Amino acid sequence: MHQNKSKIISYLLPIFLMVACLSSNSFANDTHAVETHETEKVDAGKIIMEHIGDAHDWHIASIGHSHISIPLPIIIKDNAGFKIFLSSKFDHGHANYEGYKLAEGKIVAVNADGSENHEASFYDLSITKNVASMLISVIILCWIMFSVASSYSKNKGKAPKGLANLIEIGVLFIRDEIAKPSIGPKYSKFLPYLLTIFFFIFLNNLLGLIPIFPGGANVTGNIAITMVLALFTFVITSINGNKTYWGHIFLPPGVPKGLWILLIPIEIIGMLNKPIVLMIRLFANITAGHIIMLGFFSLIFIFGAMSEGLGLGVSLLSVAFTVFMNFLELLVAFLQAYVFTLLSALYFGSAVEEHHHEEHH
Amino acid sequence: MELVKPGLGLIFWMTITFSIVLFLLSKFAWKPILNSIREREDSINNALNAAEDARMQMSALQADNEKLLNQARAERESMLKEAQEMKDNIIAQAKKTADEEGQKLIVKANASIESAKLKAINELKTEVAILTVDLAEKVLRKKMEDRSQQEAFVNENLKSITLN
Repeated sequence: MHQNKSKIISYLLPIFLMVACLSSNSFANDTHAVETHETEKVDAGKIIMEHIGDAHDWHIASIGHSHISIPLPIIIKDNAGFKIFLSSKFDHGHANYEGYKLAEGKIVAVNADGSENHEASFYDLSITKNVASMLISVIILCWIMFSVASSYSKNKGKAPKGLANLIEIGVLFIRDEIAKPSIGPKYSKFLPYLLTIFFFIFLNNLLGLIPIFPGGANVTGNIAITMVLALFTFVITSINGNKTYWGHIFLPPGVPKGLWILLIPIEIIGMLNKPIVLMIRLFANITAGHIIMLGFFSLIFIFGAMSEGLGLGVSLLSVAFTVFMNFLELLVAFLQAYVFTLLSALYFGSAVEEHHHEEHH
Repeated sequence: MELVKPGLGLIFWMTITFSIVLFLLSKFAWKPILNSIREREDSINNALNAAEDARMQMSALQADNEKLLNQARAERESMLKEAQEMKDNIIAQAKKTADEEGQKLIVKANASIESAKLKAINELKTEVAILTVDLAEKVLRKKMEDRSQQEAFVNENLKSITLN
């Protein structure tokens, strides 16, 4: 027991030292910042929002005032056509380029005299950090799945090997535990979509937990991403909805016709509610996890700004909590992918189910 | 609030990318993977069914064997019984025949004994007759030494002989 404890301490010590170094560094930076900008406080909210929000460059680290980041392509569609250039042209918001500049991480149009023009209409279709991260995850996903598929065709009829073995667990899980019981006999039509969203969400959740380059973006914790995923589910549900599904919404069976005026709006809200719930659940869960972890880290710097010793003390606690949170987030990464897939499957199931009214009511 | 405002660019790229990924994965990954899994499951099921069938056939065969064995046993039993019966029959028959033959032999022996006895009696009779005649001759010879006596005797005898 005692040996175990000392073992744990020997593992934790380097982490502690590393964090201590980092915190003292940032402390040094902060004092530097105090001298120059006269801003003393660490704005945790801003740090967290920057980390979980989208960005036009992929920030890796800041040392002093030099930022190490990967510039990402900016694509702007306005009246004059498409403008495509790298975000490094903006110089982290310090420079204007082609009549645009970055303000608080957002692209805004600027007038000839340099003032912001909020009237100008343009579409920002840039490859942002989240888009880039999603593209990377999609490439990884396709690469994994194609190699698994080819390994299946290579040893046909034999037991799966290596990666295929791992993926098969997921595939069988989706098929036997989600699709079959939730959708019923027509499950095979929806299986490719369910598999795609499950592995897409799961992979992006996991990448979100990796703090540095290919990960680090908050893809599945972004409401645009979850909205598109939920919309896909909604569209597929609506396209495949059969007579009984739509009948339940627009001609609620088993109730007097006078109540339809009340019930139909409720049913429509219920129908629209499903994708909205899907969207918010995934977004909120993943974002919350990121916020909690970033919050723990911000604590170190907040306390570090007060006194170095306090920062060091808190860092130990923060790291321990973050390690715990990371494990929890690993679970959440799977759980949310599972829940999204399961609920999508249930919605598909309700869309294709053949109801018998006398049984149903 | 920035957090819950979906960005247009992100929606645009996500929709395009996800559609392409969904299409590509469905066509080139999920289809072959699911097909392979289904084929393998089918083949495993078939193999299990075949094994079950083989087991059933085996047990049926075993039952058949058992039946055949029982049949053979019963046949052997009946054959043994038959043989036993035949043996008994033959013995009985033989005994009967032997008895009859013995009886016949006894009868024959009796007959031959009887005939031998008769023959012996006859021979004895002849012998006795010869002896009697001889004796009678001697007696007669002695008695008939004179003529008168002879005549008297012949006459006497002649008288006793009635001519028919």
